[in-house]
Amino acid sequence: MPEIRVTPLGAGQDVGRSCILVSIAGKNVMLDCGMHMGFNDDRRFPDFSYITQNGRLTDFLDCVIISHFHLDHCGALPYFSEMVGYDGPIYMTHPTQAICPILLEDYRKIAVDKKGEANFFTSQMIKDCMKKVVAVHLHQTVQVDDELEIKAYYAGHVLGAAMFQIKVGSESVVYTGDYNMTPDRHLGAAWVDKCRPSLLISESTYATTIRDSKRCRERDFLKKVHETVERGGKVLIPVFALGRAQELCILLETFWERMNLKVPIYFSTGLTEKANHYYKLFITWTNQKIRKTFVQRNMFEFKHIKAFDRAFADNPGPMVVFATPGMLHAGQSLQIFRKWAGNEKNMVIMPGYCVQGTVGHKILSGQRKLEMEGRQVLEVKMQVEYMSFSAHADAKGIMQLVGQAEPDSVLLVHGEAKKMEFLRQKIEQEFRVSCYMPANGETVTLPTSPSIPVGISLGLLKREMAQGLLPEAKKLRLLHGTLIMKDSSFRLVSSEQALKELGLAEHQLRFTCRVHLQDTRKEQEMALRVYSHLKSTLQGHCVQHLPDGSVTVESILIQAAAHSEDPGTKVLLVSWTYQDEELGSFLTALLKKGLPQTPS
Amino acid sequence: MVPGKTTLPMMPLGRGARRKNSQLPRRSRRQPAETGRRFLDLRSGEVDIKHPKVRHETVLPVRAPNLTMQYPQVQINHHYARLWTGHDFYPQFPSFATCSKELKECSGHVFVDSVPEFCLPETELIDLSTVDVILISNYHCMMALPYITEHTGFTGTVYATEPTVQIGRLLMEELVNFIERVPKAQSASLWKNKDIQRLLPSPLKDAVEVSTWRRCYTMQEVNSALSKIQLVGYSQKIELFGAVQVTPLSSGYALGSSNWIIQSHYEKVSYVSGSSLLTTHPQPMDQTSLKNSDVLVLTGLTQIPTANPDGMVGEFCSNLALTVRNGGNVLVPCYPSGVIYDLLECLYQYIDSAGLSSIPFYFISPVANSSLEFSQIFAEWLCHNKQSKVYLPEPPFPHAELIQTNKLKHYPSIHGDFSNDFRQPCVVFTGHPSLRFGDVVHFMELWGKSSLNTVIFTEPDFSYLEALAPYQPLAMKCIYCPIDTRLNFIQVSKLLKEVQPLHVVCPEQYTQPPPAQSHRMDLMIDCQPPPMSYRRAEVLALPFKRRYEKIEIMPELADSLVPMEIKPGISLATVSAVLHTKDNKHVLQPPPRPAQPTSGKKRKRVSDDVPDCQVLKPLLSGSIPVEQFVQTLEKHGFSDIKVEDTAKGHIVLLQEAETLIQIEEDSTHIICDNDEMLRVRLRDLVLKFLQKF
Repeated sequence: MPEIRVTPLGAGQDVGRSCILVSIAGKNVMLDCGMHMGFNDDRRFPDFSYITQNGRLTDFLDCVIISHFHLDHCGALPYFSEMVGYDGPIYMTHPTQAICPILLEDYRKIAVDKKGEANFFTSQMIKDCMKKVVAVHLHQTVQVDDELEIKAYYAGHVLGAAMFQIKVGSESVVYTGDYNMTPDRHLGAAWVDKCRPSLLISESTYATTIRDSKRCRERDFLKKVHETVERGGKVLIPVFALGRAQELCILLETFWERMNLKVPIYFSTGLTEKANHYYKLFITWTNQKIRKTFVQRNMFEFKHIKAFDRAFADNPGPMVVFATPGMLHAGQSLQIFRKWAGNEKNMVIMPGYCVQGTVGHKILSGQRKLEMEGRQVLEVKMQVEYMSFSAHADAKGIMQLVGQAEPDSVLLVHGEAKKMEFLRQKIEQEFRVSCYMPANGETVTLPTSPSIPVGISLGLLKREMAQGLLPEAKKLRLLHGTLIMKDSSFRLVSSEQALKELGLAEHQLRFTCRVHLQDTRKEQEMALRVYSHLKSTLQGHCVQHLPDGSVTVESILIQAAAHSEDPGTKVLLVSWTYQDEELGSFLTALLKKGLPQTPS
Repeated sequence: MVPGKTTLPMMPLGRGARRKNSQLPRRSRRQPAETGRRFLDLRSGEVDIKHPKVRHETVLPVRAPNLTMQYPQVQINHHYARLWTGHDFYPQFPSFATCSKELKECSGHVFVDSVPEFCLPETELIDLSTVDVILISNYHCMMALPYITEHTGFTGTVYATEPTVQIGRLLMEELVNFIERVPKAQSASLWKNKDIQRLLPSPLKDAVEVSTWRRCYTMQEVNSALSKIQLVGYSQKIELFGAVQVTPLSSGYALGSSNWIIQSHYEKVSYVSGSSLLTTHPQPMDQTSLKNSDVLVLTGLTQIPTANPDGMVGEFCSNLALTVRNGGNVLVPCYPSGVIYDLLECLYQYIDSAGLSSIPFYFISPVANSSLEFSQIFAEWLCHNKQSKVYLPEPPFPHAELIQTNKLKHYPSIHGDFSNDFRQPCVVFTGHPSLRFGDVVHFMELWGKSSLNTVIFTEPDFSYLEALAPYQPLAMKCIYCPIDTRLNFIQVSKLLKEVQPLHVVCPEQYTQPPPAQSHRMDLMIDCQPPPMSYRRAEVLALPFKRRYEKIEIMPELADSLVPMEIKPGISLATVSAVLHTKDNKHVLQPPPRPAQPTSGKKRKRVSDDVPDCQVLKPLLSGSIPVEQFVQTLEKHGFSDIKVEDTAKGHIVLLQEAETLIQIEEDSTHIICDNDEMLRVRLRDLVLKFLQKF
């Protein structure tokens, strides 16, 4: 029995280190290869030894697909390909291919240079890893091999984020990566056609949340920022360099412009300029409005937002600072946070999801005394605000996508178990499909029953369809043909054609039955009576009286003859072929009952 | 001429500066051009060389062969879908005679003075409202789209890539803008009268279908037309009505330019139009996907098969440098997108070494800025080198740097900023390459009388002699460097060898050498079997027969099949199944369980009678060995069996049952009394020896 097997190595009932193994029709595909922000030990990467204990990954995996450039989706890629060893193709979109190595390098620097980790991947490994990448266009059908094909759909989550369809024959899996079903200030909404996959693997970060309207959230955000700077406070917004940052920058930029504000806005250095440049060059991946107006005004050229210098953090007076990384787990955002945390006039706005174990997660869950390195305790007096700007689909969006794709079954990853459970039930109820939520290392096996494609000869098909079109042919008709299986080609042809192709002659089987009737009339008259009897009885059949005196009903031949011995008996010879057996045997039975009396 | 700042007081500036006919004859010669007048091109002596210039690819309605039997399912009630691939139109230059108001004479040539008109693709041949799909090959091939989508009842879908649409929009926008700048009350129509046209001098009288020529569309129509386009990406498989799949492939000629695969499960037609194997800015041509085509429709080859684009670019640069060094100006009539990107890139590398760094380059077009900006955002559609630049991230085209360093400046028109910035000597890129409208007209006026200046023609669409005709006599130098990167005949034969289609279909012109160079047997398509050719407005049946269609066998049905090996490696299974067809997808499902009495045995009444659900009996094959057959009969209780030999076989007599069985190689005939039980018994025994099909 064919089946689809799915095993999450990461992101199974968890957010972080997304990595999902899919086996479909004998092909093995790895979806994403992420790291976990909440761990600094072995657990930060997926356990690749699960894939194969001995033997090369390249032999086992047909391809690797990366959905977008966030590190929890691609952070383990150089480790996987260069340190564990994988030489097969890695597919991702162009923007992901462009931005991914930069974030990896950034990540490497923090890990090696700042934390002093050994045995980490090197810059060269990142480069070598990226050489294995094959870039894909949206909606392009990429033939990985003769049977396996993949296709990317727009996911909206960040620049270049994509959902992928993996297809072998009539079986398919759609993996959403992270996606957003509502367009935001710089990206469009995710979209997938009604591709009816055998399985839809969806993220479920916001499985239970239904977010209020975007506009309200934006107004709220602006109001909070504005109030804080009005009273002389400093606002820290931890972000990742690419993604939410650009959306919030556009938001603040337009607000500053409109309100004519003079308070400085900074963006922590490093990636900023570069990041915005990527947005300019990949403007076709942004939303409709930005694409339309980019010639007149490029939304990613900011007037009010300046590059941040470390020294600015100690400047007196209000300011707004965007700093990386977004979960306050390291780097500049954490440094600034430590400086500003003690002042209740200040505010930190967390615009996205924070993984467990990060400072961001701690303060969001209400912790106000944080233990820092060196046993220092940091008291957080500044206001902590959370605004869901991360571009994940909420419960409504997930349901919407399931409705769009019409899968046979759904599998949830990239979420918290409890929330997933709720969504799982909801999906099963609403769409009446099974929904799974395996934990890491747990395998879900889905039996599939793919239909078998064969070539039907056009003659046979046309004949059948023409008959199927007749108005009286409401009842089921059976198509009869012969399936010729030669090598791997399967062809369905009419029986006649099959015989001909194989050089075989047809063997005709014919029956002739003698029906004896007591009748003294002449043979010709008999025939005529048979004709009129059958003509009136078998309406809808072609009954003919031929010049030679015989009668035909369709292809069945009836002749009247004299009995050799008894002149008072006439013999009706009814003759038909095996193919007309039903009608032939029916006619003999009918004639045996005798002919009705001739009307006088 | 000393480089220096100057304004353009003497330039005719659009409508305000339009001159009257009553002016000096010398002036009036040029005057038609300024006012956007159209002239008929001189199709006389050069008609043959010109012939390939008309983009004949433009009018190729392809009848999708696969759709002939889809009628019951397709919502749209068409018996077939026609695909109209590639659209182009081609400005026609009308001209001449006795209807004196319309006709003007200049240097011995006669021209028509009129609003520019455009020759459309053939629209009479088919009812466009029955066309389901239009496939666009590249942005040059969509210029007639508004005429079709807006005024013909066309309701289908148009497919094109994103760069094609965006740049196509720019080309249309420029055209509309140019035409609207010089409004004219009416088109010349008197000369189109057949009786008059017949009497006109040769170029005019040979103009075809003049009555169908149309005035330019409006921007509103352009926007409406473009809104009907569905964007597609390379290698995207697009299902049409469940019966046909179309796929655009990179054709290597322009940003977003495509060849198209039109295929069903068993047939494949490739439409190759405007392709290039040269490495310029676009993504390289995808050749491998063209393999295994039953038919390859080949069109849009280079219009100048004898000119090598690389050489032409070299000549372009050296002529440009020479002119500028001598203090002259260079005018390059061009489209606002396409080859200009490559020219700017060459100049970028060439400027410093040629000592031209102080020379200003001007690019004047209402869409100059948009074109330059758009070129930088389609990295995914560019060649590998340019693509990887974006990863740095740097703009893919170096003209960004030319703009940044102020070496290249762009303006929407000669009005406004340009007249303040204008310095000579300089190089100006501007349109329209036909020299009949657009800002180029003003520069021809300004620079035409000095032999220091040079006009360099790079666009291959128009004959430069015809373009220049109304400006004659000219003192300025004219250089003809047509840069056409599309396939030449050598590349075509290489391509065909590589791709090996079963049949090639192409315009007639490609099947013989150009009449002006009839000895050049190398200037024609050479392939085996010889290509099938077509002419304008000719309907061609594609040379293949459809034999198979895909059908899916449901797994339950597949499980129930019993394959038999008939010959080594060949197995057969008889299939009786229910056919379901929806949206042109065919599925075979297992027959329903015989719950109802459908067989004849239980029939009681005549009216419930025989074949409502015809259970088709299989065909039989094989032969019956008499001896074994007789043994089997005996085993089953028949006695008194007699066998007689006949000429062709045997007769088995069952005397007791008064039954006779004739057995021959390919037939068996059972003749018996009307005893159904007996007949069925005998039948089953016979069938044991035969195979069913």
